[in-house]
Amino acid sequence: MATQTIPLNQNAEVNSDKLVEMFRQMLLIRRFEEASEEAYAHGQIGGFLHLYIGQEAVAVGAISVLQPQDHIITAYRDHGHAIARGLDTNALMAELFGKSTGVSHGKGGSMHLADVSKHFWGGHAIVGGHLPTAVGLALAVQYQHQDAVVLAFFGDGATNIGLFHESLNLAAVWHLPIIFLCENNLYGMGTAVSRASAAERMVDKACGYHIPAQQMDGMDVVAVRQTMDEVVSTVRSGSGPHFVEALTYRYRGHSMGDAQRYRTSHEVKEWEERDPINVFQHILIDQGILNDKQVGQIIREVNHEIEVAVKFAEESPEPDPEALYQHIYVED
Amino acid sequence: MAVITYREAIRQAISEEMERDPKVFIMGEEVGIWGGTYAITKGLMDQFGDKRVRDTPISEAAIVGGATGAALAGLRPIAELMTINFGLVAMDAIVNEAPKYHYMFGGQMTVPLTIRAVGGGGRQLAATHSQTLDVIFAYFPGLKVVLPATPYDAKGLLKAAIRDDNPVLYIEHSLLYPHKGEVPDEDYLVPLGKANVMRQGSDVTIVSYSRMAQISLEAAEALSQEGIEAEIVDLRSLRPLDMETVLDSFRKTFRCVIVEEGWKSYGVGAEISTRIYEEAFDYIDAPIKRVAGAEVPMPYARNLEQLAIPSKDDVIQAVHEVLGIA
Ligand SMILES: Cc1ncc(C[n+]2csc(CCOP(=O)(O)OP(=O)(O)O)c2C)c(N)n1
Ligand SMILES: [Mg+2]
Repeated sequence: MATQTIPLNQNAEVNSDKLVEMFRQMLLIRRFEEASEEAYAHGQIGGFLHLYIGQEAVAVGAISVLQPQDHIITAYRDHGHAIARGLDTNALMAELFGKSTGVSHGKGGSMHLADVSKHFWGGHAIVGGHLPTAVGLALAVQYQHQDAVVLAFFGDGATNIGLFHESLNLAAVWHLPIIFLCENNLYGMGTAVSRASAAERMVDKACGYHIPAQQMDGMDVVAVRQTMDEVVSTVRSGSGPHFVEALTYRYRGHSMGDAQRYRTSHEVKEWEERDPINVFQHILIDQGILNDKQVGQIIREVNHEIEVAVKFAEESPEPDPEALYQHIYVED
Repeated sequence: MAVITYREAIRQAISEEMERDPKVFIMGEEVGIWGGTYAITKGLMDQFGDKRVRDTPISEAAIVGGATGAALAGLRPIAELMTINFGLVAMDAIVNEAPKYHYMFGGQMTVPLTIRAVGGGGRQLAATHSQTLDVIFAYFPGLKVVLPATPYDAKGLLKAAIRDDNPVLYIEHSLLYPHKGEVPDEDYLVPLGKANVMRQGSDVTIVSYSRMAQISLEAAEALSQEGIEAEIVDLRSLRPLDMETVLDSFRKTFRCVIVEEGWKSYGVGAEISTRIYEEAFDYIDAPIKRVAGAEVPMPYARNLEQLAIPSKDDVIQAVHEVLGIA
C-alpha cells in the first residue's frame, strides 16, 4: 500500500473534524455509486450512469472550502459533487431510480441532479453546455455585489469545445468571480487527452485568456483542499477568474457498458493503488486522527445511510402521469 | 438476400462506399478505437486505418464545418455526430454553411457531405439527449434530410447519400439498430426523396417515417385483425418530400393519419396534412389525424417517457377516429 505523508499540520485551518468529514464524504460517494451500479445491473436505474469512482477527492476537497452562498455547477458525472455539497442521499438515489421523490422529481435522472436551495445548479449532459451558464451565474454575483464565487466543474474533453473557450474569454474580459475546475481524468469517453487536445496540460489553455492557472493532485484530498482554499479566497477577494486542473482518474468505464478498449487494465490498477480513499484512511490512522475502530464505525454508518437511500428509492412512487405536463412553464 | 440488422446495414454501407471510393472517409467522436458508441463503425479503423476513420475531439462545430471544407475541396466526408442532439452545437455548420454554398456562390461550389447522427427517444436519456429534431433540419432548403426505417433503406439511402453531391443529413434511430430485415447481396441504392409504400391497404393511409413507420406497421397488423387495412407510406426523406406517393395513396383511401415521434406543433403532420388540403381537398372523407410526441421536454422516469412517445395503441386509436369507430 502506497503511503504518503502529508504535512497536515502545515495547514492550521484543516482541523481533524473537517478531515474526518471529508473522509466520510468520500466513502459516502463511493458507496452511493457502488450501490447505484448494482441497481443499474438490476434494471432499477436506466439511461446513462457515469460513475465518479476514483475522482472523489476532487469534489470533496474543492467543495469543502466553499460557503453556502457560493455556487456550484457541473457536468453529467455529478453524483460526487452533489453528495459533497450535502444533497440528501435519499433524494439523490430516488432521482437515479426515476422516482417522484428524487431531487429533480424523476425528470432528470443521474445526469441532472440539482438542489437550488444549496446553490447546486445541476449536472448537465451536453459537454461544455453548462460553462456559459456558469459564467452567467458569476455575472449575477458580480452585478449584485454578492460575496460569493462560482465553482464550475468539467472534464478534459470539454476543453475541446468552442463553448469552453468563449466562456473563459468572457469570464476574463468581465473579471468574473469564477473558478474553472477541470477534472483531467485523461480520457473523454475513449479518447485519450493526447489524441484529442493539442495542449496536454489543461492549464495551458487558460494562458491565452490571461487566466491564472495551476495543477493539483486530484487523488489527494488534502492537496485539493489546500489549493482550492487559496484559489477560492483569491477569487473571493476580487481577482477575477481562476483555472485549476485536477489530475485524476476514473476507474470505471465512461458509462455503463464500456468495453474500455482504449486503455489497459494495468493502467487502471496503477491508479487504483493511489486510491484517494485508501491513502487518506492510512494518513488519518498514521497521524492518530482516527483509529481502526472509528474507521469501522464510519464505514458502518455510511453503509447504513446508503442502504436506507436504496430502500427509500425502491419504495418511493413513480411520478404521477400528470407530472408529464408539469413544469414546462412557470405557472402563476 | 441476407437478413441483417439496421446497424449492420449502416456499417456495410459505410464500408462498401469507402472501399469503392478513396475520397470517402469518416470522422467523428469515438468512431475509431471505440468503434462508435452505437457500434456502427466497429472494425472500420482496423480495415481502413486512422487516416480514413478519424477520431475527433469533442468539437461538433469543427467536425461538421471541417467536413464541409473537405467536401468543397473534392473529398466525400461522412461526418458523424454522436447524436443529433449534439448537432445543435454545430447548427451553424449544418444549416447555415453547407446548405448555402452551392446556391449562394451561383452553383460554383458543391458540398458532397453526409452527416450521420442518431436521434429519437426511448432510452431514458432525459430531455437533452432524447430529441426528435428532424423537422428543424428539414426546414432548410439546400439540405437533404433522410431517415431510414428498415435495414434495406438504411443501407440503400446511406449509399445514395454518400454519392450525392449535396449535403445530406442522415438520421438513424437508436431503437431500430437491432431491427432485422432483408438486404440484397449486390450493390444497390435507394434514391433520396422517394417515399416507400411499406404496406398496401385501402381503408386508411398512415404516413410516417423512421421508427414510427415500424410502430405504424405493428398497428396495421393489429388493425388487420379487425378487418381494417391500412396503407403505410414511409416518407424516408423529409426534404425532398415525396408528396406524389402520399397523394396517390390518399386518393385511394380518402383518410389519413400521420405518425411522428417529434412534437406535433409545426411538425411533419402539419406539413403533410396541409399539403393534402391544398392538393387533394376533394378526396377528403374525414378530418386528418396527427399522432405525435407529447409536447414536453423528454422526462427521464421510464413511466413518463413511455407516455411521451407515441405507441402502437395511439396509432390504432387515431385510425379508429378517422374511420368513425368509437
Ligand atoms: C456536445 C456533446 N458532444 C458529445 C457528447 C457525448 N459525450 C458525453 S460525455 C463525453 C466525454 C466527455 O469527456 P470529459 O469532458 O473528459 O468528461 P469525463 O466523462 O471524463 O468526466 C462525450 C463525448 C455530449 N454529451 N455533448
Ligand atoms: Mg475526461
